[in-house]
Amino acid sequence: MFDRQGSIGRRMWPKSITRESLDPWYDRVAEALPITRGGWDDVTYAGGVFAAACHHAGRTANPVAAAIDTDLCTNCNWMMSGCRFDAKRSLLLNYLPAAVDHGAQIRPLHEVQRIERSADGDFLVHYTVVDPVDYRVRVDAGAIEAKIVVVAAGAAATPVILQRSEQTLGAMPYAVGRYFSGNGERLNTAILDEDRVRDVLGLDRGDGLAYAANQIGRGPSAASWDRLDGSLPEFSRYSLEQLYFPPGFGTILAQAPGAEGPSWFGVEKKEILRRWQSWLTIFIMSEDDNEGVFGPPPSTGNADRISMQMLSRGNLRYEPSANTKHGWALADADIRDILERDGLSRVMPWTNEVIGAYTVHPLASCRMGDDPRTSALDETNELRDHPGIFVTDGSAVPGALTVNPAFTIAAIAERAVPNIVRAAQARGVDVRYLGWLPPAARVSREAPVTSSAGGVPVTVRSV
Amino acid sequence: MDDFEGLSADQVMTLEAYADTIIPGERRGPTDRAVAGAADGGGAVASGAVELMLSPEGGLAGVLDSLAEGLNEHARDYAARTGLDPDPAVPPFVALEFADRVALAQELLGPGHPEQDLWVALAMFSTMAWDTGAHMHTVDAMAAGHPGLTAMGFMPPDPDGVWRFPRFSYGRALAALHPRTTPRGDPQ
Ligand SMILES: Cc1cc2nc3c(=O)[nH]c(=O)nc-3n(C[C@H](O)[C@H](O)[C@H](O)COP(=O)(O)OP(=O)(O)OC[C@H]3O[C@@H](n4cnc5c(N)ncnc54)[C@H](O)[C@@H]3O)c2cc1C
Ligand code: SF4
Repeated sequence: MFDRQGSIGRRMWPKSITRESLDPWYDRVAEALPITRGGWDDVTYAGGVFAAACHHAGRTANPVAAAIDTDLCTNCNWMMSGCRFDAKRSLLLNYLPAAVDHGAQIRPLHEVQRIERSADGDFLVHYTVVDPVDYRVRVDAGAIEAKIVVVAAGAAATPVILQRSEQTLGAMPYAVGRYFSGNGERLNTAILDEDRVRDVLGLDRGDGLAYAANQIGRGPSAASWDRLDGSLPEFSRYSLEQLYFPPGFGTILAQAPGAEGPSWFGVEKKEILRRWQSWLTIFIMSEDDNEGVFGPPPSTGNADRISMQMLSRGNLRYEPSANTKHGWALADADIRDILERDGLSRVMPWTNEVIGAYTVHPLASCRMGDDPRTSALDETNELRDHPGIFVTDGSAVPGALTVNPAFTIAAIAERAVPNIVRAAQARGVDVRYLGWLPPAARVSREAPVTSSAGGVPVTVRSV
Repeated sequence: MDDFEGLSADQVMTLEAYADTIIPGERRGPTDRAVAGAADGGGAVASGAVELMLSPEGGLAGVLDSLAEGLNEHARDYAARTGLDPDPAVPPFVALEFADRVALAQELLGPGHPEQDLWVALAMFSTMAWDTGAHMHTVDAMAAGHPGLTAMGFMPPDPDGVWRFPRFSYGRALAALHPRTTPRGDPQ
């Protein structure tokens, strides 16, 4: 993946980053989170059906590694909105408490709007404070002085903050807000025939059911990597992964196979929803063409908020290129070959006609690289032409990874830290790189949040 | 039809008819005009679509009256284009037969329609009313026999309101591993 060229005709990643050079940073992250290798006992019914179907079609399939404490996990599958059991080993249990113990201040609900340079050459980071329930309401505002700024607001937000800062910081590199990648993402929903699952795949839960377990599990648990072959041409490589999203997010774009009327709403959609427990969601992570471009930033925030928290409208445009569509078509056909074989299921991709392309893996909108024309950051994660500003989130990753990105994003951030420390030292900050890993906590801490009601601090659970 | 604060009876009926086009359901009674009765079991309306549209969290409440008017405007235009003679006793969108409601919804929700975003948002709220019961806590919705969650076979939580599935795995190897799996269990 690190040798990908995309459509720029040269290596997208900085030449100093290879799998070998990144491996020590991957190791650190795996230890810190901690990520553990999954065995077949950890694979959920949904992952198991997918793996068995892959095997039946002559493919391989693997349990996926995850940062989940399986002793605590109840397989409730609610993890999209945090984990009330602290089984999901998120940053709340490692990096964040370690940072607090080293003196970091966490300011919940502070939304950075823009960065400015102060008269003496340092930075002023301007923020607003949003209401804890209604994020559309601003309850306070302020600025923080800084010698170094690390922007890590995620690939959908970092370029927006930087674009808005142009007025005071000066022009941004061309690649800020361009080359956005959705990690080549696409979803397919298979509606399984329970009898065929039993007869063809020989699967039985032991309670009379073959599958009917869409609801049970913990997100992705099995994947097939047969098409992650470096010798295949670019835009034809992808991984397939069993995945789960709860109803709503996980149902709205799914289409009824063979529908005569509308496929994503209406009578036929309701019929497939009645069989929801027999659904199996398959995730494609392929190589897209970095075709996303951000328009001008909204006046505040990362996007114009419609709902208090859930819905907002941003200025990102993403028209999938022929290369991207080529990869999707190959992967769709592959999924059908695996899951429609011998009548196991009927499969349909999610529609792209309702909200356009979609992704839960935004990447590359402020990417690293060696070429100043097509990258916003140099190979140390420093923003070109703006020394002292570093970007360490998914926006720094140059392109689609064909696998889940969190591990790579974290490894790149770990790799950036010595560079950030050096820049801070050069500005007279008394700081050293110790290379300690955060100790693991079992229980997440409470976070102080200021409510809008008269500024009285209230404490809310931080998940 | 229920009473909803801030909306006229005609507006509620119109929004219900739209929600019923997205996830159709059975009529609530012999005089139900908003629900077309195109499918068995409760649909989006019985699942609380208008409650969800009106929820302050959702952010649509303030524009529902104009969305209802917009739907009726489009229905008037549709009826004129297709030579229909709608019943003046009900709002124009409600007057459409189910098949015509679907045809019009397909136009409004189609790529390229200038108002697609608006109608997609309203459709999302209709779907979510049925398949998540998002205007209620899921535990309460399950306990109240929420039509959508029940029809989907959504499994209830334990008595303490928490979902636990102690049996979750076939517990055996089901495929050959990829030959180039790294010791950490990742692809190479
Ligand atoms: C449903 C779902 C499931 C996923 N599952 C997996 C998985 O199984 N494996 C995997 O590898 N990846 C998974 N991902 C992807 C992974 O979560 C992301 O790629 C990763 O978290 C991105 O990291 P980031 O640091 O770039 O951004 P984020 O994790 O998004 O961090 C950005 C932070 O900045 C804050 N922020 C944003 N704007 C501002 C602002 N203006 N001011 C102040 N703060 C701001 C945000 O609140 C957030 O805390 C999943 C994503 C989703 C949505
Ligand atoms: S499935 Fe996810 S949310 Fe549920 S207990 Fe396990 S890790 Fe936590």
